[in-house]
Amino acid sequence: MAKVGKKQKGPRREEPAALTPVEIAAVAVCARHGNKPDELLEIFHELQHELGYVPDAALPPIAQALNRSRAEIYGVLTFYHEFHRHPVGRNVVKICRAEACQAMGTDELCRHAEHSLNVPLGGTTADGSVTIEQVFCLGNCALSPAVMVGEKLYGKVDSQRFDEIIAGLEKEAAE
Amino acid sequence: MITVFVPRDAAALSVGADEVAAAIEREAKNRNEDVRIVRNGSRGMLYLEPLVEVETEAGRVAYGPVSTRDVAGLFDGGFLKGKSHALGHGLTEEIPYFKNQERLTFARCGITDPLSIEDYRKHGGFDGLVKALEMKPIDIVTEVTTSGLRGRGGAGFPTGIKWKTVHDLKGDEKYVACNADEGDSGTFADRMLMEGDPYCLIEGMTIAAIAGGATKGYIYVRSEYPHSVHVLREAIDIARKANWLGDNIQGSQYSFDLFVRMGAGAYICGEETSMLESIEGKRGIVRFKPPIPAIEGLFGKPTIINNVMSFAAVPIILAKGGEFYRDYGVGRSRGTLAFQIAGNIKQGGLVEKAFGITTRQLVEDYGGGTATGRPVRAVQVGGPLGAYIPESKFDVPMDYEEFAKVDAMVGHGGLVVFDDTVDMAKQARFAMEFCTIESCGKCTPCRIGSTRGVEVIDRIIADVDREKNMVLLEDLCVTMADGSLCAMGGLTPFPVMSAVRGFPEDFRKPAPNKFLADAAE
Repeated sequence: MAKVGKKQKGPRREEPAALTPVEIAAVAVCARHGNKPDELLEIFHELQHELGYVPDAALPPIAQALNRSRAEIYGVLTFYHEFHRHPVGRNVVKICRAEACQAMGTDELCRHAEHSLNVPLGGTTADGSVTIEQVFCLGNCALSPAVMVGEKLYGKVDSQRFDEIIAGLEKEAAE
Repeated sequence: MITVFVPRDAAALSVGADEVAAAIEREAKNRNEDVRIVRNGSRGMLYLEPLVEVETEAGRVAYGPVSTRDVAGLFDGGFLKGKSHALGHGLTEEIPYFKNQERLTFARCGITDPLSIEDYRKHGGFDGLVKALEMKPIDIVTEVTTSGLRGRGGAGFPTGIKWKTVHDLKGDEKYVACNADEGDSGTFADRMLMEGDPYCLIEGMTIAAIAGGATKGYIYVRSEYPHSVHVLREAIDIARKANWLGDNIQGSQYSFDLFVRMGAGAYICGEETSMLESIEGKRGIVRFKPPIPAIEGLFGKPTIINNVMSFAAVPIILAKGGEFYRDYGVGRSRGTLAFQIAGNIKQGGLVEKAFGITTRQLVEDYGGGTATGRPVRAVQVGGPLGAYIPESKFDVPMDYEEFAKVDAMVGHGGLVVFDDTVDMAKQARFAMEFCTIESCGKCTPCRIGSTRGVEVIDRIIADVDREKNMVLLEDLCVTMADGSLCAMGGLTPFPVMSAVRGFPEDFRKPAPNKFLADAAE
């Protein structure tokens, strides 16, 4: 922290600060969507796809681009379960916890996932490889329990198949 | 050249359809067999997925469930000639599960290449739209009214009335919005149709647009369905290029364009007004009604909102007439419903049948009982906000009115089966918990009521002042049902109270342990 009264080095305050990479990405994504406020969800999706999450630093430039208040932008971001405000693992593993999967033992599957990866639902493994999340319904209810990694859907997932899926991710990462 | 079908439906992919298709291609190459692989939609016999079909002179022959390990053996056994095999089921359309259905909406699903417009046309696709292009909008509305079609999303509101409202309004801008936020557990009909026959939805929405006078439409798809999003976007592009969408469709005076919007994991956006907010780029918070969305919907303009299944029923209604559709069904529940059998079930899948079939027929005859082989104890019908039905009600015909009489709802026809190991107090608790997670927060009965509901059920399970808390739970449910703004809080009491009434013994068990009882106090 600079001492009061001491002249700071570096660019002066009134000079426009260079945009950070996050801000550049946010501005670019908004522009691709014509800076239209009704495309805000699509903008978040795209940003999350690029950065892995939607950093708080992206919100002011989005608000400016769409001519909405920061509070509104923040309100939308935090309303939806799908958007992450903080970095997540390289792989997001969604485990369905809805009724059809409950009927086929998803509670045990969740417990197994938490134990074998040593993180609670919503957490990320220590090596940053996997985040496990609960979701409610992946539309694979006749082949439950269901799990989704990225866009890949898995059906009839028991503990063993879960471990194979996770091992497959590690292998992919190593290659 | 032999045509082999391997589905590209997400459920089929989830059990290895891509890998099986690749293995068949490899094996065919190695054996110098001239094989063409078509990636079709699913026939809905999900227990047989990946269901591989071979086109023979006698018809399409089914093999399933096929894994990559089985592929060489299938070639050895002469499956390319439709020969019998341990995994063989004979002609697909003779399999009783499939044969005994009444497929109107799903007539093409699993049969065609979902993205081929030629295939679609060859199987009766766009026949309805071609007729609609020649009709007066009001006559389209009349045809839909005649069919008796009611919203297939669950609420069962007559579709014709909705369309008439929009038709009668003057306005320079109107919209059509498809609610494809199929968030209910036990449902996958929307997903199957979007992936297996996307033009059917596009056609239905286009007919709605002509009827209502709209020129722009949105399909709001949940983010949990990435495959549906991809297929729809591709199908819309192709349809646009072939002038089945866009300006002056097929040389007519009508123009209509369609866009896909993706949700972001919020169950509440299945509620129509929340969905509108979400399409507009806002938080998915429910709107007060009135005004109803037909009058002030998307961007404040008149909007026809229907579920995927409702729109997808329209092409055949136009093609074959409202009476043809109306002749299926019972009472005031006309036409067919795509029943979805899911959860703990041996033969899970989609069964399209006229209204009037019973839970027992679906679960026992089609489903073959539970996957675990244990007795069926409860079936939740109509999604997470639907009632849990005990065996005593398994013979009630599936009909909006008959189900309402027994405090249940047919909803969108999703059935989730549980065996006798289910703890219904736990399921009731989950219904409340789900509401706490997914409530939009606008109204107090839903937002706070569900939180208190979890606590009350916890006390009941822990045997803390059980009698008093049972009364309190019922009271709370009445408040939520009467005071909530939308179906989220308004219907959560359905699963809860159906569990209490249908399975009272599960709320009378000894407390799990003293520690829990103390914690619940």
